[in-house]
Amino acid sequence: MSQAGLPQSISPARRFERHAPTFELGAAHSAQVGMVCFLCSEVAFFGTLVVAYITYIGQSTAGPTPAEALSIPLAVANTICLVASSFTAHLAGTAMHRGGLGGFRGWLAATIALGALFLAGTAVEWRSLIFEHGLTIGRNLFGTTYYTLVGFHAAHVTVGVLLLSLMFCLSATAALSRLRTGGFEIVSWYWHFVDTVWIVVFAVVYVFGR
Amino acid sequence: MAVVEQSASRAAPLPATAGLSAWVSTVDHKRIGILYVATSLAFFAIGGIEAMLIRWQLWAPGARVLGPEIFNQLFTMHGTTMVFFVGMPILIGFGNYLVPLMIGARDMAFPRLNAMSYWLFAFGGTLTYASFFAGGAPDVGWFAYAPLTEYAFSRGHSTDYWILGLMTSGIGTLAGAVNLVTTILTFRAPGMTLGKVPLFVWMMLVDGVLLIFAIPPLTAAQIMLLFDRSLGAHFFDTQAGGSAVLWQHMFWFFGHPEVYILALPAFGMISEIVPVFSRKVIFGYESVAAATIAIGFISMGVWAHHMFTVGLSDALDAIFSGVTFLIAVPTGIKVFNWIATLYGGRLRMATPMLFALGFLGMFLMGGLTGIMLASVPIDWQVSDSYFVVAHFHYVLFGGTMFALMAGFYYWFPKATGRMMSERLGRWHFWLMLLGFNLTFFPMHIAGLMGMPRRIYTYSADRGWTVWNQLSTAGATVLGVAFAIFFWNLFLSLRRGKPGGDDPWDAWTLEWATTSPPPPYNFEEIPLVRSRRPLWDLKHPEDPDWMHE
Repeated sequence: MSQAGLPQSISPARRFERHAPTFELGAAHSAQVGMVCFLCSEVAFFGTLVVAYITYIGQSTAGPTPAEALSIPLAVANTICLVASSFTAHLAGTAMHRGGLGGFRGWLAATIALGALFLAGTAVEWRSLIFEHGLTIGRNLFGTTYYTLVGFHAAHVTVGVLLLSLMFCLSATAALSRLRTGGFEIVSWYWHFVDTVWIVVFAVVYVFGR
Repeated sequence: MAVVEQSASRAAPLPATAGLSAWVSTVDHKRIGILYVATSLAFFAIGGIEAMLIRWQLWAPGARVLGPEIFNQLFTMHGTTMVFFVGMPILIGFGNYLVPLMIGARDMAFPRLNAMSYWLFAFGGTLTYASFFAGGAPDVGWFAYAPLTEYAFSRGHSTDYWILGLMTSGIGTLAGAVNLVTTILTFRAPGMTLGKVPLFVWMMLVDGVLLIFAIPPLTAAQIMLLFDRSLGAHFFDTQAGGSAVLWQHMFWFFGHPEVYILALPAFGMISEIVPVFSRKVIFGYESVAAATIAIGFISMGVWAHHMFTVGLSDALDAIFSGVTFLIAVPTGIKVFNWIATLYGGRLRMATPMLFALGFLGMFLMGGLTGIMLASVPIDWQVSDSYFVVAHFHYVLFGGTMFALMAGFYYWFPKATGRMMSERLGRWHFWLMLLGFNLTFFPMHIAGLMGMPRRIYTYSADRGWTVWNQLSTAGATVLGVAFAIFFWNLFLSLRRGKPGGDDPWDAWTLEWATTSPPPPYNFEEIPLVRSRRPLWDLKHPEDPDWMHE
């Protein structure tokens, strides 16, 4: 028997003990593990953009320089919006866990509004950079690295706002309750990640790089 | 009676109701795995033909088989194809097929994402090749050094095709890696702790993690290059303060882990095949898994050994040289594990085992020249010469490709229910071993004699002619070997002798289900108690879990 293998007519799998599959890593569901993996890849992506930014600080051969062009008050206001949105997202999650749909939707709306405000602030900032300071992506290395790093971050904020809005719509149709809290939790992880990236971008671009 | 009926329905093959639409719309991990492997084989044939054309051009000094422009396009496309459209996808394809079966799962964690990964790869590959019909293929080498890739030096759109094709397939690869890691971490059958998964699964796990951290930097660098080329940005534009060396750092930060991304799944296959054909458990399971993790970590810190001739500081050169020596240690540990597994085993010299033994010898050669190249003075002497070409072909062809062929012969019966022909397999193996060494061993010598890589011709008085002719002859033998392989695939698919569920008397879970497995893989999710669950099932009187 050991030499010839099993009789071909009986599937060995059927002779294993019967067990239900469990799709978990400790307490984490596979969707959560997948999101963490994806966010790790995002760390590598933004890490590369930040390395490029730092490499080229002060290397521009033409103006304007970051000190001339960047407006700190506007950046601080943007930062406050985004950091606050992380808190409101967390409060939305807490409300959902408690089963308060009203509270959840309120905090979610606040998160979306703060995210949109951040994007509006970025638009105002870019408008000033382009039309008042003449800073474009092709002007100098500062423009090249600034628009690439801040632009990819803003694109991620945009995706986050869209995902949060999707959650808001789903909560209206009660489909979210069927997904339980898992869907929102994962989106909120993404949102917190995007906020954390902004803290790094703020430090690199507006503090050290100026 | 009911039992008989169930057995009959169990034996039904994949719903070959098939037709094209069933394959196009599939989310089954086994079909997606087969699609990956089949598409990669098609690209492999194309990349092989490109290599053959390169070899014919280099047969004699001053040959005029190809012009210099076409030659540049062919070596660029050969490297790009073999790394991005053959190596990675074929290994991901094997992982896709085997990982859920080996861990006792019914599918990957995200089946639709899995399908998306495959189609992005297929589209990215096709897009890159579309450049041939749009004014010429990329001709900047597979690592596309700046500033050669800047718009000033690379007019037209060939470089844009390279960027966009690789970015597209890269996103698919990344999604595939996320899927693999998640599947391995969360979909294992009850009882199968990480200390009990087959070593192939261990290697795919580390492989996935490497992909997750290595692909995004390449994507980011390609986006920068794209912005340079189409938006007038200055990342790699040295006249505006940009740095061509930054591209090299970013590319090789991807590029060196990439070497291990291509090698680890091959190590995993060898770690499955050698024990089964030696009739022994793997020697030192824990040390193989630990060495894999060590390789994963260290491989993220060796990239600048590709850049010794750039003029980094002596300190950096010394650090990267040292770390590169260091990575030989865990790799060497594995080689010793495999040899110790062979030692005292009852060896069965079936075709998978032949290729596995071929792997051991050939990969060892590549590893040893790798240690030579890690030494900065030697690298300064032979960098960008045919010695380097010989080295990495011994690693990627002698290593990965031999292991892959072992994997083909080993798992073909599982995927199709039929054995591959042993007779043709033996012809394939011996011709491949001969052709491979005939092609690539003389390149060591040509390289030491000073022949640079990527030159389209050379003059007769350099003394390189005979070594090039040996290489070209070897490449022709290799072509015959692979023609036999493809013929074997084709023939065995139609007329191969039935293999049964477990033709090799193996021990891992993929052999516990039918060949080919049903769409749901296992009727009942098995409970796992040891590293060899199928051994336990076959030998209830002496199960492994009593000893582990």
